[in-house]
Amino acid sequence: MPRYFTQDHEWIEVDGDAGTVGITDYAQGQLGDITFVELPEAGAALKKGDAPCVVDSVKAASDVYAPVSGTVTESNGALEGEPELVNTDPENGGWLFRLTLSDPAELEGLMDKAAYDEYVASL
Amino acid sequence: MNAPNASGWRPEMGSAQGSAQATASGDRALMLEEPLIFELGRPGTCGVDIDDAALEPLPALGRFLRKDAPALPGLSEPETVRHYTRLSRQNYAIDLGPFPLGSCTMKHNPRLNEKVARLPGFADVHPLAPQQTVEGALEVINQLSHWLIELTGMHGVAMSPKAGAHGELCGVLCIKAALEARGEDRKVMLVPESAHGTNPATAAFAGFSIENIPATADGRVDLAALEARLGPDVAGVMITNPNTCGLFERDMKKIADAVHAVGGYVYCDGANFNAIVGKVRPGDLGIDAMHINLHKTFSTPHGGGGPGSGPVVLSEALSPFGPLPFTTRTADGSVRLVEEENAVAEHPQAFGRMAAFHGQMGMFTRALAYILSHGADGLKQVAEDAVLNANYVLRSLEADLDAPFGHAGSCMHEALFSDAGLAEGFSTLDIAKGLIDEGFHPMTVYFPLVVHGAMLVEPTETESKAGLDRFIGSLRSLAQRAKAGDESLKSAPHFAPRRRLDETQAARKPVLAWKGDAA
Amino acid sequence: MRYLPLTPADRAEMLGVIGAATVDDLFVDVPAEARLPGTIPGLPNHASEMAVERHMTALAARNVSAGSAPFFLGAGAYRHHVPASVDHLIQRGEFLTAYTPYQPEIAQGTLQVLFEFQTQVARLFGVEVANASMYDGSTAAWEAVAMATRVTKRKKAVLCSGLHPHYVSTIRTMARFTGDVIEWASPRLEAEPDTAGVIAAIDGETACVMVQYPDILGRVTDLAAIAEAAHAAGALLVAVVTEPVALGLLEAPGNLGADIVVGEGQSLGVGLQFGGPYLGLFGCREKFVRQMPGRLCGETVDAEGRRGYVLTLSTREQHIRREKATSNICTNAGLCALAFSIHMTLLGGEGLAKLARVNHSRARQTAERLARVPGVKVLNSAYFNEFTVILPKDARDAVRAMADRKVLGGVSLGRLYPDAPELSGGLLVTASELTTDEDIEALAAALEGVLA
Repeated sequence: MPRYFTQDHEWIEVDGDAGTVGITDYAQGQLGDITFVELPEAGAALKKGDAPCVVDSVKAASDVYAPVSGTVTESNGALEGEPELVNTDPENGGWLFRLTLSDPAELEGLMDKAAYDEYVASL
Repeated sequence: MNAPNASGWRPEMGSAQGSAQATASGDRALMLEEPLIFELGRPGTCGVDIDDAALEPLPALGRFLRKDAPALPGLSEPETVRHYTRLSRQNYAIDLGPFPLGSCTMKHNPRLNEKVARLPGFADVHPLAPQQTVEGALEVINQLSHWLIELTGMHGVAMSPKAGAHGELCGVLCIKAALEARGEDRKVMLVPESAHGTNPATAAFAGFSIENIPATADGRVDLAALEARLGPDVAGVMITNPNTCGLFERDMKKIADAVHAVGGYVYCDGANFNAIVGKVRPGDLGIDAMHINLHKTFSTPHGGGGPGSGPVVLSEALSPFGPLPFTTRTADGSVRLVEEENAVAEHPQAFGRMAAFHGQMGMFTRALAYILSHGADGLKQVAEDAVLNANYVLRSLEADLDAPFGHAGSCMHEALFSDAGLAEGFSTLDIAKGLIDEGFHPMTVYFPLVVHGAMLVEPTETESKAGLDRFIGSLRSLAQRAKAGDESLKSAPHFAPRRRLDETQAARKPVLAWKGDAA
Repeated sequence: MRYLPLTPADRAEMLGVIGAATVDDLFVDVPAEARLPGTIPGLPNHASEMAVERHMTALAARNVSAGSAPFFLGAGAYRHHVPASVDHLIQRGEFLTAYTPYQPEIAQGTLQVLFEFQTQVARLFGVEVANASMYDGSTAAWEAVAMATRVTKRKKAVLCSGLHPHYVSTIRTMARFTGDVIEWASPRLEAEPDTAGVIAAIDGETACVMVQYPDILGRVTDLAAIAEAAHAAGALLVAVVTEPVALGLLEAPGNLGADIVVGEGQSLGVGLQFGGPYLGLFGCREKFVRQMPGRLCGETVDAEGRRGYVLTLSTREQHIRREKATSNICTNAGLCALAFSIHMTLLGGEGLAKLARVNHSRARQTAERLARVPGVKVLNSAYFNEFTVILPKDARDAVRAMADRKVLGGVSLGRLYPDAPELSGGLLVTASELTTDEDIEALAAALEGVLA
């Protein structure tokens, strides 16, 4: 399934009009130990650039932005008891929420893996 | 994500290498372990003798009566004294040594202040006692009000806010009330990126949206950027002066004039007033409101986290909106309290009330005693010595630690360093924990956020030169160790009552109360 | 000057190291027009300790201290006997002059005290968690409303008529700026609180119902009935306890269904102090913990596996969350929380229960004696240590006249409710374990005298 990346270190994996969103390994490394994740409720309507999700580490709270617009279908319930999943498996088991895309054309503005890796190297 | 972890702080526990020899008790000479009261107390133990009541509770209370006594442990007086004395010995304090926390002004807490605050005429008086029986207390509040106004060159003062952040809220709400009275609904408050977190939190609470003002390369508010942003939608600015980088905002008057020209107001965060008290009056720089932390500049004790007190001095434009209650001197020279009873007649535009009763009276007596003790010449000396001490620290350590604004001139009462130049993998946190082993409380770390790995050192005027030299020597040693990559720093502190604590676990699995059986 | 250690020789040497000629060179960034030419006009120069003590003692002598006269005031601030060891312990420099425990390795004293305090408050209130204290009861009550609106995502708060009017005023002031809707009406002089009225005001827009327990007139409310009604509507019940000693006798609000319990802890350890600093108490159900304002202390371990304590869940707070924080609060009531905790430790649960029974007993005796004063009527059917009497004239005048006779006879409702003339005959009378038979007789005699 194609995966896209934002400059704010979110990833989105797309299957038709269903997307799964998370943060990248680079982001979790910057944050340090993650202690809590505030997730959106199913049914929440998101515009690209909204911040439906907050990732807490001990001394920081970082907003996660919606890479595209859509409606939330579910959030990753496993993170309630195990927020550290975002540290150990950020790009798979540590996914944050899923949504139905309302405007797939927005994906065109995002980076692919190669472009994102290059971007991170430049930071 | 927005700027993940801008400050650079990360939890690093380090290893437990270097532990001392074990003892049977678990104590180590004067380093005494102490259980919880829930582990010590026994049911039925009481350290207070109470003659029991003969009368049964009212029949009407029957259905409200609890069946068992509260599940709380009691200790005899000797056990209680021992428990808290042993706990106290696990704390660092100003009374023990330098406490150079930037922005906190950890100066000596004079014991005269404690003595006068405890006079029965101040300590054992009810806030709602008839005013004729508390004239001396009202006089204290009024005298302190007067001196705060004189020291700041302002017009009025709201005495009731309970702490600095509460005072910020008071000032911002005065601004909001003033705008409402003009029939204007301005939505934006401008706040420098380097501001203390309470500033945007306060502005957001009052319903403003916050926009950041950038800083120049020499660490001050960018006046041009500010002027470019000003417009009819800007309610005002919240400026700290001296700012959180320890620098005086040279353009303060120009900033105030520019904000006033578009109809906005200037809130000044007075946390750093210690740098200029008795030498500069913020009112002369055009501000409209400023909170004063009595527990910073005016020496009232920090008490392990509080209580504070945050009176707010107000300009002539904002004074009509100050909250109830406050004191006023009548024509015959006596002092009266203005509260709800006389508000409509005397102070109709008050925006409301911030808290029950009259303010932190216990802090007022202490602060008044402090101001009278120092007097005009003493307070000026306070500011001068505070600034002298901070510059001495700055110049003494410039060769060892990066001072991002050291090139831009002198600092005020606090010196700012960054983590630039430390060996790979070494951080401000390691230096801070190393300072603990050296016998000092660390400086403020990771604030302000605008400097990576910030270390903000505020020695205050009550630090002797000898004390400063010891502190400088230790910080220099630690800087050198961190630059050389000394691994033992990663597991500091080694000698404190506890090694580094697992803050990650505390946040992931919060345990906020004792869950065992009732003692 | 006794608080300034630097000598002229020190200053000269330090200026040399800095490379400045005079200390004024360090103030060069201050615009010339803002630099005072001399010292602050009007403020005298420094004074000796004995001179300042003389000045402050003279001011203190102009106040009638509560211990020097028969004393019956309450209304949110209570006079109790504080054991002598409390004030000695809080004056230990390691407690008095310590800072917020941000460096936990050298602050385990403060942190362990906060953990014990949180546990004591939670158990006293009958809730699962409590924070490390807030400024006072009134601001804690406002923070409870704000928290309830966050949790329920609704904007209306129903306040019982018996909530302390200063608390009502504080909440209404804050709500004016947040846009929350506050429903409240001043109390009526009835023997029982208007539980039915409160329940009738709850609807689908209600975030919380706030009930003071006991209320401003000293009456005791059926919290369980209100809890049921609130929960049925999806609202939270917030209980407000201004006299924690009452909980030695009365069932804890948490056990009656309160979701948030706030209060004023001043009664234990803190003393009257003419209104501050006081001690805000805040507790709630564990599931709401991340919406709580204020500092929280949590248990953890150190690198050697030893139990220790740290401030935790800090991401709720202003220094991290900034404009999205649960509150802008920074300080807590640190030293006051310590005093409360020490007093509570000395009492223990059974000691508190005994203390409560004595308080109630003294109040009973006072009420029974006042009921025999011609013209005086005791309002309450139930009370703990504070009750309302109704006088045949304006109670404000009676209070002033009694003060002239050196009796501090209570708090007039006229002072608390200047806009409610129907309450002007009401007088709040409070007794405690400190009230003596002579005090009660003196009050009765004074009342008889001023009503004659």
